[in-house]
Amino acid sequence: MIDGFIALYIFMLAAFTGYEVIARVPVILHTPLMSGSNFVHGIVLVGAMVALGRADTTLETVIGFIGVVLAAGNAVGGYVVTERMLEMFKSSKEKR
Amino acid sequence: MADAMDARWLIQLSYFVAAVLFILGLKRMSSPVTARGGILWAGAGMLVATLVTFLYPGMGNYPLMIVAIAIGGVLAWWTGKRVAMTDMPQMIALYNGMGGGAAAAIAAVELFGDTDHGLSFAILAVLGGLIGAVSFSGSLVAFAKLQGIMKRTLRFPGQQAVNLVLLLVTVVVAGIVVAQQGHIGLAVLFFVLALALGVTMTLPIGGADMPVVISLYNALTGLAVGFEGFVLQNAAMIIAGTVVGAAGTLLTRLMAKAMNRSLANVLFSGFGDTAAAGGAVEGTMKPIDAQDAGVMMAFANKVLIVPGYGMAVAQAQHKVWELAQLLIERGVDVKFAIHPVAGRMPGHMNVLLAEAGVPYDLIYDENEINPEFPTADVALIIGANDVVNPVARTDPSSPIYGMPILNADKAKNVIVIKRGQGAGFSGIENALFFLDQTRMLYGDGQAMAAELIHAIKQL
Repeated sequence: MIDGFIALYIFMLAAFTGYEVIARVPVILHTPLMSGSNFVHGIVLVGAMVALGRADTTLETVIGFIGVVLAAGNAVGGYVVTERMLEMFKSSKEKR
Repeated sequence: MADAMDARWLIQLSYFVAAVLFILGLKRMSSPVTARGGILWAGAGMLVATLVTFLYPGMGNYPLMIVAIAIGGVLAWWTGKRVAMTDMPQMIALYNGMGGGAAAAIAAVELFGDTDHGLSFAILAVLGGLIGAVSFSGSLVAFAKLQGIMKRTLRFPGQQAVNLVLLLVTVVVAGIVVAQQGHIGLAVLFFVLALALGVTMTLPIGGADMPVVISLYNALTGLAVGFEGFVLQNAAMIIAGTVVGAAGTLLTRLMAKAMNRSLANVLFSGFGDTAAAGGAVEGTMKPIDAQDAGVMMAFANKVLIVPGYGMAVAQAQHKVWELAQLLIERGVDVKFAIHPVAGRMPGHMNVLLAEAGVPYDLIYDENEINPEFPTADVALIIGANDVVNPVARTDPSSPIYGMPILNADKAKNVIVIKRGQGAGFSGIENALFFLDQTRMLYGDGQAMAAELIHAIKQL
């Protein structure tokens, strides 16, 4: 179980990791990186699936269903957009 | 029983691998050399985590789940593939809002359900729900504004007081929801309030500030996902959500800093309100036609091109690169000068120029290029406005005073391609347009770039 102080430690270390990963990024990559981090929080899909999977009442099922639709949109859309952006960066470099 | 244990073990291992892949992916995305691989790593992590979640013990509703994933996934795939590069900022806002909405939905299922959570879990669920719902409705407003569905910036007197009261009421209701778990009416009221808060918070923010706001909502969604991860005891969500929350917060601050403003300033001060305080500008705007402008650039030694949001709107990046190549063939020294907040996101212009095929080594940022303006024969401004406004250096009463700008006013000649005579997004008159060495080339960015190309080819 992830509880109490263990949770707090995970939170703290993850926060520092996020900060460090971004700290020295050139301006050129700000937009793709924002898009990339937007994709990463698409992991909410996993939670939405669990919420829908455990739903018993109709209300819970409906909300869980909406949650999974939205989360899948976040994950897939975030991936497609980021990939398209980074693809262009490659081609412009290799032409040179 | 043993199967359930095995499944749990496999799930935990997969989530661990996913978390590692996310962090490595983001790390790779922060360098131009490895950026392309980065998204593949993160994507692999997402795939592993999603697939293994089907094995989660004690779940049902599998057909519904697959249908929901198919609907959301196909719609997002289709829109993401189709959208023009210039519209990327609002698509990121949209997908980000969906993530926030999903986090709020998880909170709702947890709060509506009859399982009694411990106090700390209830607080985290409500907090994640609040942040997720605000991010959801706020991102949708940002999307509507950038997409042009919502044109007006809505402001009224006492708006901030109203927002503050709304925030306080929402927090109080959130507290009651925590205390009275399982009360569906209260929980519904809480979510309605949170959604309304996201809308009223975003409405008064002008289009020029949208990049900062989108980045902020991106960080908030990450945080909401992290909180719901604690509620669901899901390590992958906790780590990925928190990493994005922290990274997004830093990115938001970097962006606000590039505009010389604090985050509070972006969120709570209506930018346009203070614009009237800026001093009047002396002089007249002098028009030029494409023929003359083309000749001027063709016989220049050095031309610096300053693109802005107007280039994105006009989809002019390909024509602009064609124009630049033509000048380079004639022996002109051509460079692109990019302001960090030109466009609707930092790096927005870099993405567009990269799409058009402009090589990196012709693109310079503000610090690198500013010393070169005095030696430039022509500064060609395409759809940029506030980022070249010299009042940011000279007029302390101007709302943009102190913002770092590109010193285009120091060039020997300035040609401004602009659709009309109106002020920029911030509503501030641009003193650059009234200078003696400035000529205005009125028209759509793409059409004018084409005319310049035509003019130079005829020489």
